[in-house]
Parts: sequence; structure tokens; C-alpha cells
Amino acid sequence: MTLAARLLRVTLVRSLALVIAAGVILYLVTGSLSDYRNTQIASGAYYFAALAGLTVLAGQSGRISIGHGALMAVGAYTAVLLITKEGWSLAPALAAGAAATAVVGVPMGVAATRLQGPYLAGATLAFAVGLPALADKFPGLFGGENGLTMNPPTPPSWESSLSLYHWGAWVACLCALVVLFVLYNLVHSGAGRSLRAVRDDEIAASLCGLRVGQTQTRAFVISAAAAGLGGGVLATVVLNSVAPGAFPFSLSLDLLAGVVIGGLGSLVGAIWGAALLVLLPNWTNDLANAFSGSTNVKSNLPLAVYGVVLIVLILIWPTGIQGGVRALWRWLRGRLPQGRTPSRAA
Amino acid sequence: MLEVKQLCTDYGPVRAVDEVSLAVPEGSVLAVLGANGAGKTSLLRTISGLVPASAGQILLDGQDITRLSVEAIVRHGLAHVPEGRGVIPELTVEENLRLGGLWRGRDAAPLDEIYELFPRLRERSRQPASRLSGGERQMLSIGRALVARPRALLLDEPSLGLAPLLVAQIMGLVRRLADTLGLAVLLVEQNARSALSVANRGVVLNLGRVVVEEEAARLTADEGLRHAYLGF
Amino acid sequence: MTKFIDLTLSGISNGAVYAAVALALVLIWRATRIVNFAQGAMLMITTFIASAVINRTGSYVAGLLVALACGLIIGALVERLLVRPVENASPLNAVILTLGLYTVLVAIAGMIWGNTPRSFPAAFSLRGYRVGHTTLLFTPNDTFIVLTVIATAAVLALIFRATSLGLRMRAAAFAPEVARLLGVRVGRMFTVGWALAAVAGALAGVLIAPSSFLGPNSFDPLLISGFVAAVLGGLDSPPGAVIGGLILGLALSYVSGYEGTALVPLAALAILVIVLMIRPGGLFSVSQERRV
Repeated sequence: MTLAARLLRVTLVRSLALVIAAGVILYLVTGSLSDYRNTQIASGAYYFAALAGLTVLAGQSGRISIGHGALMAVGAYTAVLLITKEGWSLAPALAAGAAATAVVGVPMGVAATRLQGPYLAGATLAFAVGLPALADKFPGLFGGENGLTMNPPTPPSWESSLSLYHWGAWVACLCALVVLFVLYNLVHSGAGRSLRAVRDDEIAASLCGLRVGQTQTRAFVISAAAAGLGGGVLATVVLNSVAPGAFPFSLSLDLLAGVVIGGLGSLVGAIWGAALLVLLPNWTNDLANAFSGSTNVKSNLPLAVYGVVLIVLILIWPTGIQGGVRALWRWLRGRLPQGRTPSRAA
Repeated sequence: MLEVKQLCTDYGPVRAVDEVSLAVPEGSVLAVLGANGAGKTSLLRTISGLVPASAGQILLDGQDITRLSVEAIVRHGLAHVPEGRGVIPELTVEENLRLGGLWRGRDAAPLDEIYELFPRLRERSRQPASRLSGGERQMLSIGRALVARPRALLLDEPSLGLAPLLVAQIMGLVRRLADTLGLAVLLVEQNARSALSVANRGVVLNLGRVVVEEEAARLTADEGLRHAYLGF
Repeated sequence: MTKFIDLTLSGISNGAVYAAVALALVLIWRATRIVNFAQGAMLMITTFIASAVINRTGSYVAGLLVALACGLIIGALVERLLVRPVENASPLNAVILTLGLYTVLVAIAGMIWGNTPRSFPAAFSLRGYRVGHTTLLFTPNDTFIVLTVIATAAVLALIFRATSLGLRMRAAAFAPEVARLLGVRVGRMFTVGWALAAVAGALAGVLIAPSSFLGPNSFDPLLISGFVAAVLGGLDSPPGAVIGGLILGLALSYVSGYEGTALVPLAALAILVIVLMIRPGGLFSVSQERRV
């Protein structure tokens, strides 16, 4: 086997190569796109960050959270506060946002280890609805209903030729790639196997010496950090502001829909889900326009579609888009002539 | 008359019941014996409809009940006392008994009849079933099955966990039920000796197949068979 | 002192409504081991229907009765068509299904009736009782609320404890396989359970709508309060649901009065977390001796 092939077997190397390749491609792509498309790319990136974290949590560790929208808010507010009130620059502010959300994720992760499915869902639901109220309670700090605004992030001096939108989209993609890198390594590592072992049979796993509590808490904290990073990108790059209205309960539901429709537990599924969340509102808008629907219909149509698709999927095809892709791939492989070297188990 | 013809049950790739045929006439007891995992419980669960049959037929008094739902099979007059008794601990003794006869409506046996058979249950009728001992639970689950005035009775290891004296009492009761009520009783047991002492015929299962089918008295008398399959 | 009495009384009134929702959640949980996250949305729809009936006919009673009837039908349909397929699957599927249903119902309500909350009439006077020289915050309408919820809980208890239907429903909930062997049509019992639960929910919606106003998202906090109350009392315990509702109503009322309304959702969350950490089975946890 060549050196390259052998190196690529190492997860770290493989993921690094993947991320660098994707990074280069995205840099070039965002350079040639319109401002509007770049905003869409940035949106897809922050959705991906949150979805990837959530899908790993739900699919790999079997824990469902309907509060990740509120976690995005934590990252968002932290980042914006640091930029506007403390003069931090973008990258450290985003990192701090992710870190702060990770800290919030610790008690939630501990709770997640002790709570079974519906209980955890209910608790995160209460969190999602309750957290935005803090903005009203401390209006001085959080800016109340109107929130806080900031200037769009500017590219550093050595990239000053880039447009603001290009730079913003590129930063967002970078963050998404960081999340992808971390989660990819988590999933394809011993830690990932521990997660899945705990998900499938907690008692057996703990009898094997796995620290069930620690494993699950870690998963939750990482997924929270990813959501916080996504929220930070949403606020700094896309909205240039942060307010409670940007993180309604429906955001957590959108994230859940994205994760399930894309394919629970799959990082590629998170990409499908992110694309869906960015593009669907436009499609439903066009659909509503075609039927000359009222504003009521237009504003509610994406939500209606998510709900119906969620229900239909869970009843008929719970593995989502990525599950369908995998099934198709297996079917295709089954039709190839015999004699091919069998690929290693996925 | 309960008849089973070439019955097969599969759990995925595993065949738990393999072309089993047997017949239980009215008023008789057929003992189904064999080691753990021989397919005895699977056989009962297939007959009562909890598990779908992959092939074969089940006939109750000539009617084909193979593809019917559990609720429909029960309404044809089949009662299944499951492994572990199946007593509902959150309900009282009386509620457990009443439950058994609800689908029958007016034709159900009055509870007094059951209390005649099992006086101990009358004493405890208002108590939650969780308070009953193993033997009392067995009486409750059998009594509950009788409320619906079944024609065929499936018993899954009634002696499990009971003291020998109680086992003898339960077995004696099973015999009396078959004789006086004309029930066709399919008795699954690991305790082969007690089962055969009250049965008309015995069937031994191994790996889902019938390996021996014989009159109970002959089974008990044949030392070779006893040692090979029944452990005594 | 008056403030404390006012808060206590309004806590009881709100608590009664939380109790009704908690009761709905508990009934469904006991039967099918599912938390119906769509309960708030379901009762939102029935309350909108009630509003339409009241506007058309001018009769509050007609609106209330139609809401209850619709609740019955919607609950039965949801169980039979949507929930039945996931009753035996992993709990995750049921969570996602009920959330999907919530999303659809909220969106449909928004499309039909718009997203702006509207007012809803109360059954009785909203002027507080006069005691001596003071006017309490407790109104005849509040009395109506408390009495209806108590009556509903009593009727449900009667159905479950004293009728054959209730016996079959309890058996189906505690031991579905054994119940089937006794001729109980377990699926049908689940449908009835969901239908009755939806009636309790529909009642809660109509009772609280005057104060919460009526919009697609107006009842989200109610679902959370109902859930917290149900967990507080124990998801397996209908009397626990009622008492949990009362306790939560009082607690949230005090928080709202002394700390401000903004903290109420967080207080509910705090109570939920505390209960789940200390006594996850709830105050009235029933020992889980589930047999086949």
C-alpha cells in the first residue's frame, strides 16, 4: 500500500485532508458568488455547525434535545457582547462564544445522562422557551427585546481586497469546517465507539468499564459548543446583531427537523439538513406565490412542510436523506459484477 | 378439541417451532415437555396468536384460528396462562378476575364459582395482586382464565417457583378442570414427572421438533425415554 | 398580605388549568408510554374551533361542548393514524412524531387564523369578589375554572376506577400483552385513552384562553407547565397530576408576583430540573412493577 493510502487510514490525517480540501474549494467558490449567495452559504454554514452537533448527540448517543436553539443564543450573545462591549476581534469572540455554550452544556449534559428520552426532551423544551426570557430580565446587559447590534466583521488587512460578504461567508465556512473536523474525529474514534456502545446498551457498556456518565456529558458539551459556534456565526456574520426574536422555539424545531430529515447521526446528513433549512423557505415562498397565498400562508408554509415531512419520514423512512443515499449506494453496489475487492466495513 | 398441524414459527432466521403437530381432545391433558429453549413457550405463544405462525394450521373445534388476532382467538374460547402467571399487580384480585370475563359479558362465570375453587382468593379479593404469594398468583391466573369459560386452556409452566406441595395441588386441579369442565388442556412443563402424573398423553420437544409422542403412562414407564429426555 | 392572598388564589386558578393539561399528559403516558408534545397544539386547535363557534352562535356553552367533542375526535384520530405505528418503536420516534405534529398544527392554525393573538370570552364575570372593603383578584370565572377541572378529574377517576371500560384501559396500560390474552382490544383502549386525554386538554385550553389570549403559539407555555406539573406529580399518577398542577400553579404565581413575569418560564424549568434530579418518579411515584 502506498504511503498516502496508509496515511489516509489514520482518521486525523483523513479528516485534515478533507477539511483542507473543502476549505480551499469553499474559499474559491465564495469568491465568485454574489452577495446573496454568500449570505446563503454563511447561513448554511451556521446551520451545519448546530445540526452536526445535534445529530451526533441524537444519533450517536441517542439523546434528543429541543433546546439547541437556545444554546445558539448563548453563543451568539457571548460573541456579540465581547465584540461590542469589550472590543474583541471576531475569531476570539466566536471561540469564546463556543466555550461559554460548552460551559452551559455541562449541567445540561449531566442532566442528559440521568434523564430518559421524553424527560430530556421536555427539559430542553423548557430551557428553549425559558432562556430568551433572560434578555428581558436583564435589559441593561442584553439589550432587551431589541437586542444588540454590531458592525459587520471586516476582513483583516492582508485580505482587504475581499468584499464583506465574501469574508463573512468564508469565516462561516471556516467555523463549519472546524466543527466538521472535531466531530468527524469524535465519531470515528474510540470515543465515538464508546458513545454508540452506551447508546445501545448502557448496562453492558458500563460493565465493560465505560464511564457512561462522562461519555454522554462529553457528547452533550461538544454538541453545545458546536451550536454556540453556529449561533455566534449567525449573529456576527449574518445578522450583525442579536436579539431574543432571532432564537424562537421554532428554531429548535427547525434544527430537529434538519437533523431527522438529513439523517439522524450522520455528518453528511447534517449537510443535507443545512441545505434544506436554507433553501426551503425560498421554495415555499415561491410555492405560496404560485398559488397567490396570503402572507399568513407564506409565513407558515415552511413550518407546515417541516412538520408534514417530519411526520411522514418518521412513519415511513426514519433514516432520512442520508439513509436513503446509503440504501441506494448499497443497492448499486449489489448490482456490480462480482470480483471487486470488498470495501472495508463502513 | 385443539389441533395443531405442521406448525412452524420463525424469529427471523431462527426456527423456534419446527413442524409440530399435536391434538388435545376435550377433557384431556396433553403435557408438552422438553428442556429450556426447546420451543415450548414459543409453541403456546403461536397458538394464542401473540406470535405469528410462519406455516401450518391451528384448529379449535374445527375452526381455523391460525391467522386470527389474539383478541379474536381468545373470543373463540382459548385461554392462555402465560409464563410467569401474568397477574397484573396494580389491579386487585377481584379486578384481575373480572377482567378475565369482560369480553364474555353475561355468559362469564360468576366470581363466586372461582372463589369456590380458590377460597384463598376470596379472602384477598380487595387486595392488590402484588401482595399475593407465588402459589396464590398461580391460582389467580388460572381462575382468571376460567372466568371466560374457555374450551381450551394453555398453561405455561404453572409449577415454576412453587413448593412441591403446591405443585401437586395445582396439577391435581388441572386434572379436575379437564375432567369436570371438559377442557382441552395443553400443559407446558419442565417438571416432567408432575406433568405426566396428571396428563393423558405427553409430547417431548427438542429444538422445536416433536421427538416423542406417547401415552403419559408409557412415557413414565419407559426408563430409556425418561432418562434421555425427561431427566428422571 | 392582600398580595399574598391574591397570588395564592390566582395560583389555585392557574394550577387547576395546569392540572387539566397534566392529566391529559399523564393519561397518554400511562397508556402508551409517550409524552404528547403536541398536546398544547391540539388544545390550541380546539380552542380556535370553540372561538369560531362562539362567534357564530353567541353561546359559550356551545363553544365549550364543541371544543370537547372535537378534542375527543382529534385525540382518537391522532392515536389511530399517527401514533399507533410508533407505539412500539424507540421513544425517540414518538418524540419526533409529536413534535412534527405540533409544528403542523401551529402552522395550520397560523395559515387559517393568522399569527396575531386574539381575545377569547370568559364564561363568567371577570370582576373580583368583594370581601369587606377589598376586591380580591379571584373572580367568579376562576371559581368556574377550578370547579370544572375538579369535576372533570372526578369523572375521569370514576371512569377508570368504577367502569369495565376503565378496568380494560388500566389493564391495557399496565400489561398490554396479558390484557390481549384476556380478550381486551388493547389498541382500542389506547385510542380511547388518547381521546379522553384530548378532552381534558381541550377543556384546559378553553378555560385559560381568556387570560392567555388565543394565537398559534399562545399555549406553548401551557404545555410546558402541564409537563412540569405532570412530572412533579409523577407521570404515572393521575392524582399526582392534579396535585402537581396545584403546586406548580402556586409556585409560579408567587414567582410572577414577587419576581416578575419574565422569570416564570425559568422558574418552571428550575422546578422541573430539581424534581428530575432528586425524585425523577415525581412526588407520587408508583413503583414500576411492570409485567408482561
